[in-house]
Amino acid sequence: MTRIFVPLVIIAMVMFAFAPLVVASAPLEQTMGLVQKIFYFHVPSAMLLFVSAFVCGIASAIFLFRRSAAADRVALAAGELVVLFGLIVLVTGPIWARKAWGVWWEWDARLTSSLLLWMIFVAYLMVRRFGGPGSEKLAGAMALFGMANVPFVYVSVNYWRTLHPKTSVVMTLAPGMRGPFWFSVAAFTILYLLLLTLRKRLEDRQAMVEQLYLAVEE
Amino acid sequence: MKKTVLLLVLLVFLPGALLWAQQPAAPQGDFVPLSSIPQTEQLPAAPMVIGAYAFVWVALLGYVWSLWRRMTRLERELADLQRRVQKHEGS
Repeated sequence: MTRIFVPLVIIAMVMFAFAPLVVASAPLEQTMGLVQKIFYFHVPSAMLLFVSAFVCGIASAIFLFRRSAAADRVALAAGELVVLFGLIVLVTGPIWARKAWGVWWEWDARLTSSLLLWMIFVAYLMVRRFGGPGSEKLAGAMALFGMANVPFVYVSVNYWRTLHPKTSVVMTLAPGMRGPFWFSVAAFTILYLLLLTLRKRLEDRQAMVEQLYLAVEE
Repeated sequence: MKKTVLLLVLLVFLPGALLWAQQPAAPQGDFVPLSSIPQTEQLPAAPMVIGAYAFVWVALLGYVWSLWRRMTRLERELADLQRRVQKHEGS
């Protein structure tokens, strides 16, 4: 992993350094103008929020049904990243909305369900942090519930009346916008993999420290 | 007689006038072009894009810093524990 890690860090740094230039080169949107540029980091963050919720949910399921401590450590790492990318989505979205819709927040299906998804994973981390012994099982069940919520958040814009653009917006992007968007998605995905690896390594070290404490006590 | 006619006219038209006053404004028939909105009512987009972009950087760098801080503390703790285990095994 170390052999891939360092090149990935370099690639991510180069991509994030060039990202503003790539995004600036994308054409302006007809009705929203400059503020639509937020799309290039709001949507990749939302995609990784969903991916991370799935990673956390699947790893939690493996932990609950197979008692795998390694899967539990992956779940915790992914859970923390759900909260991080969710925070980015929930802050950049209202900034965009203020200019595009004239309001910071609208209690519609997409925005409300996204906030609830984020709050489920904040609760997951709080249970892990303050729940005491055995809390990882309860938190694992919460992660499964959070993961099950993701498809509803995704399709909410297609089934309920909302100001938020529909899911088809990504697939029907203008040719000039497609390149910068997928460049941003690639940069954010590499960053996500790096952060997940680092966070998992931190949990591995934590497990090692706990084992050593037990050895010292014996 | 004049007073009675005036009173009747008022009685006939007053409820109608009150109802007319309570009617909501006529719906907007067409969109106003952006160039005709006064400058004071226009929200600048650039500070919003820059603000959102800056927040992404602050959130990501803050998280990386928090990871680094936690990792440093754990490495120190791990080295200390390994030393204690080795000392215990030696004695």
